[in-house]
Amino acid sequence: MDAKATAAAIAVRDLVKRYKGVAAVDGISFALPSGSVTGLLGGNGAGKTTTIAMIMGLVTPTAGAVSVLGAAMPAQRYRVLHRMNFESPYVDMPMRLTVRQNLSVFAQLYGVADATERITQLASELELNEFLDRPTGKLSAGQKTRVSLAKSLLNEPEVLLLDEPTASLDPDTADWVRARLERYRKETGATILLASHNMNEVERLCERVIIMKRGRIEEDDAPEALLARHGRENLEEVFLDVARGRQAEAMR
Amino acid sequence: MLRVFAMSTAASDASLNFSFHRVSAMVRRYWYLLISSWPRILDLIYWPTVQMLMWGFLQLYVSKTAGFAAGAAGTFIGAVLLWDILFRGQLGFSISFLEEMWARNLGNLMMSPLRPTEFVAALMVMSIVRLAIGMIPVSLLAIAFFGFNLWALGLALVAFFVNLILTSWAIGIFVAGLLLRNGMGAESMAWTIMFLFLPLTCVYYPVAVLPAWLQYVAWCLPPTYVFEGMRALLIDHVFRGDLMLEAFAFNAVLFSLASYAFVRLLESARANGALVQTGE
Repeated sequence: MDAKATAAAIAVRDLVKRYKGVAAVDGISFALPSGSVTGLLGGNGAGKTTTIAMIMGLVTPTAGAVSVLGAAMPAQRYRVLHRMNFESPYVDMPMRLTVRQNLSVFAQLYGVADATERITQLASELELNEFLDRPTGKLSAGQKTRVSLAKSLLNEPEVLLLDEPTASLDPDTADWVRARLERYRKETGATILLASHNMNEVERLCERVIIMKRGRIEEDDAPEALLARHGRENLEEVFLDVARGRQAEAMR
Repeated sequence: MLRVFAMSTAASDASLNFSFHRVSAMVRRYWYLLISSWPRILDLIYWPTVQMLMWGFLQLYVSKTAGFAAGAAGTFIGAVLLWDILFRGQLGFSISFLEEMWARNLGNLMMSPLRPTEFVAALMVMSIVRLAIGMIPVSLLAIAFFGFNLWALGLALVAFFVNLILTSWAIGIFVAGLLLRNGMGAESMAWTIMFLFLPLTCVYYPVAVLPAWLQYVAWCLPPTYVFEGMRALLIDHVFRGDLMLEAFAFNAVLFSLASYAFVRLLESARANGALVQTGE
C-alpha cells in the first residue's frame, strides 16, 4: 500500500475475488479518507456485496489487499472489528430477544464500557424507548431497521458499513434513517461506506460515488462531477448510463 | 471527533486474546432465548424422559422373563442416561449454533469482535446448561420409577461425564464447521451424526458382541470405553480407571481433529463466500 492508501480509513488495492474462475470483483482499487461518506453503486451482481464482505473480513480475497484503519483484512481483523460496525437488512437480530436484551448482548460483545447508558442514549436518539422491552420479532420493518441501526452505532464505530440501509422502508422512515446517519457522521466524523440502489439516498448522503459493473469500477467521483460529466440531472440517469453501457453516448 | 467510549478488553492488542466477557455475552444471549420459550425448555426434558421410561420398563421386563436381573442391574437405564449425555451434549452445542443461522444473526456475530474460540466456548457452556435442564429431572425420575440412582456412581460418573461431554463437543465443533461451510444444507448432520455412534460405541451391549473387525473401529471411539466402564461398574462393581484414561486419550485426539477441521472449514467458508450466504 502507498502512503496515501495506508492513511485512509479504508484502502482497497487491486482487489480480486473469483468464485470457480468467475470474477465477482475484478481488480478494483480505491481509498476512502477518514470521515468521508462514499456510495457504492451497481446493479445486481456488480460486486458490491462481495466488496463490502471483503472489507469486513468475511470473504478472503483471491488477490489484492484490503486495509481498514491500518489493519490488513481479513488477517488482522480482530485488531479493528471493535472500531467498526455494519448494518444490513439481510442480517437480523435474534427475534425472540427483546430490543434491550439484543442491544445489551451486542454492547458486551463490542466491549462498550457503560452499556446501559449507551443503550439509553441510543434509544432516545433513535426513538426506541417505547419498544425497548418488546421482542425484536414483533416489531415492524421500520422499527427493526432502527434497532439494527442502534446496534451498528453501539460502539460508536469509526468505520460504518451500510448495505442498503433503507431497503424495504417506506419513504418517511427511510428519510428518518438518512437524517440519523447524517447526524451521526457530523457528530463523530466516522467513515461511512454505503451500498445502495437508492440514488436519492446516495445523492443526499455521499460526497463520493463509486459505480461498479461486472466486478469493476466504472465511475469514481463526486456526485456533481458525475452529473456534469454525463450531462445528466440526477444520479439515477448516470447509473443507467453506466449500467446500460450508454456512457460514451451520453458523454458525447 | 468521536466521543470517547471506554472499551473493555477490546481497546488494544490485548483484544487479540480470549475474552470471558464476550463468552458471557453469548451465554446471556442463549439464556434469554431459552427462558423466553417454554417449548424449548420442555423439549429438553420430554424426550430424555420418554427414553428413560421406555428402556427402564424394557429392563424390568427382560430381567423378569430371562433371569437377567443380576447381570443387567440398571445397565439399560444407566446406558440410556449416559447416551443422553453424549447425544444431548452434542445437540445442545449444535442447536445453539443453529439458532444463529435460523435467526440470520451469524453475520452480526462474524462482524463483531467475537472470536471463533469464544463462540465455541459459549456453545460448550450452553450444551452443559441445556443438558442440566434435561438430565437432572430425568435422573431423579429414574430413582423414583426404577430405584436407579445415577448420582450414586460418584466419581465414576464424573469420569463418564467428562469423557462423554468432550466427545459431544468435538462432534459439535465439527458439525458447526460443516454448517459454516455448507449452510443449512448440512443441518441434518446436526441431528443425525451422533446416531452413527449408537451402534458402534456399544451403548446397550458389550463390545464383544460386535464382529471382530468392527471391534477395532469401536475401540477407536471414546464413548465405547465409557459404556464398557459403566457395565464393569454396574455388573462387576469395578471402576475401570484404565478405560477412562484411554477414553480421555482418544478424546484428546478427536477434539484436536475436530478443532482442526473447524478451522479449515471456516477458512474455506471465508474463501467461498459462504459466511455471506448462510442459507440452503
